[in-house]
Amino acid sequence: MTLLSELDALAGETTDETPARAARPLPIAVISTLTVGVIIGLWALASAYALVSPVFLPSPRQVVIALYNLVVTGFVDATLAEHVGASLYRIFGALIASILIGIPAGLAIGTSRVGRGILDPIVEFLRPLPPLAYLPLVIIWVGIGEASKITVIALSMLPSIILSTSAGVRAVSKDHINAARSLGASKAQVLREVVLPSAVPSILTGIRIALGAGWTTLVAAELVAATSGIGFMIQSAAQFLVTDIVIAGIIVIALIAIVLEYVARLIERRLVPWASHR
Amino acid sequence: MSILTFRNVSLTYPARTGKGGAAEKRVLDGINLQVASDELVAIIGRSGSGKTSLLNLAAGFLKPTEGAITVDGTPVTGPGADRAVVFQDDALYPWLDARDNIAFPLKLKGVALAERRAKAEVLLARVGLADAGDRHIWELSGGMRQRVGIARALAAEPRFLLLDEPLGALDALTRTRMQDFLLRIKAESGAGAVLITHSIEEALLLGTRVVVLSPNPGRLTAEVEAGFNAEILNGASVADVKASPIFKRMHAGLTGLIHAGEEELAA
Repeated sequence: MTLLSELDALAGETTDETPARAARPLPIAVISTLTVGVIIGLWALASAYALVSPVFLPSPRQVVIALYNLVVTGFVDATLAEHVGASLYRIFGALIASILIGIPAGLAIGTSRVGRGILDPIVEFLRPLPPLAYLPLVIIWVGIGEASKITVIALSMLPSIILSTSAGVRAVSKDHINAARSLGASKAQVLREVVLPSAVPSILTGIRIALGAGWTTLVAAELVAATSGIGFMIQSAAQFLVTDIVIAGIIVIALIAIVLEYVARLIERRLVPWASHR
Repeated sequence: MSILTFRNVSLTYPARTGKGGAAEKRVLDGINLQVASDELVAIIGRSGSGKTSLLNLAAGFLKPTEGAITVDGTPVTGPGADRAVVFQDDALYPWLDARDNIAFPLKLKGVALAERRAKAEVLLARVGLADAGDRHIWELSGGMRQRVGIARALAAEPRFLLLDEPLGALDALTRTRMQDFLLRIKAESGAGAVLITHSIEEALLLGTRVVVLSPNPGRLTAEVEAGFNAEILNGASVADVKASPIFKRMHAGLTGLIHAGEEELAA
């Protein structure tokens, strides 16, 4: 964009006729907003002229009304807030579980040969597996209640937390460790005061990626086996061909994912402002 | 008075087999050296002469293949707060501000927060950074960072400061100012010091003694009593000292010694 404006400025200098200011390019944010507007406009036109059956594609207005009704009266015995609450409870429960397991596991992989030998094959087995592949097994093992969903989500979050922790640990500066040792640090102190803080930026990145993976898994898990939650709400609506609620649900899922990502980035910036200054 | 002793110290890196393998390499050979706590021993030598290995041995990061290193007769078995290292790349912790970096060794000792911060304030003032305690490390200039690094080492109350080219990354002007600073802070602290440097000038200015290390394998080949640091501590300017004929003569002599090995290799 700056290149474009520089070119414009150059053009302005050479021709002397058009002021450089006249050809100011559109900011990307404006282009993006216009794109969203055009898509919604086309969608509205398509439904207004009945190009597509409302069963397949309800109008934007219907979706907004569905959204409003979801908030006020709800769908399948729960309001939108309750469905979202159930989903968030699962994802944060799973996040806490995977942090409690993932960070020590990552430390073990990053600091010890034995730890790496033991945990590497497990992580490498788990990492490429689609969570839905082991969901049925998890249901057999822990039942169809909350535990199975939290377990599956936590399993889908674990690899990125473990791998980012171990990568962060392995990237710790040798001088930082040696400095602590020469200042009198014990092994445990080196781990607690140097290795762990220095891996925090990497761990936070891992948590952010894990949240994305977890959210995807959550919705999928709720589609298969749940009695509440945003994924379950969509699944139920689809069974009754209530397409407006399906679309409203999809929009809510996307919005929550965006908010989660934004909050995670905010926490990263507040917690480790030094990460960009190493 | 403490004494750091190298007695017949040799260091050999074992041969590595397989891919990227290397033959056995003798890095240091028969090093005998004593450093007392009223001294600053400067070690100079060309790259690859084993200067840094020598310092890493003193720090306890490496173990000698033969011989022994002792502090007041007690063998060195690993790193410890009695031998604090100051690194060329400062090795400060970016997640701590300047004050907490300095207080770090005190935290390791279990000193309470308020007390260690108070002590860090005193050290900040001593290194001329009284107002910089709250600053992030990345907000400090190279010279300021090294002052924090030195203050952090002093907070450990070491018997010896091991200085691994601490001024190597600084610009010329800052470096001159820091040389003067380093001399004074070392004298005040009462700790002995080993300074690794590749600058003959710096070694002469700061060292009570200058020791020359020649490569392949690293051996101590010459030792010179310098004594210019006493003049500077007594108020002589660094510029005047450097301009004196005796300084120039010693500088030329040491330069000859260090490059003698190079010519041998070339011949």
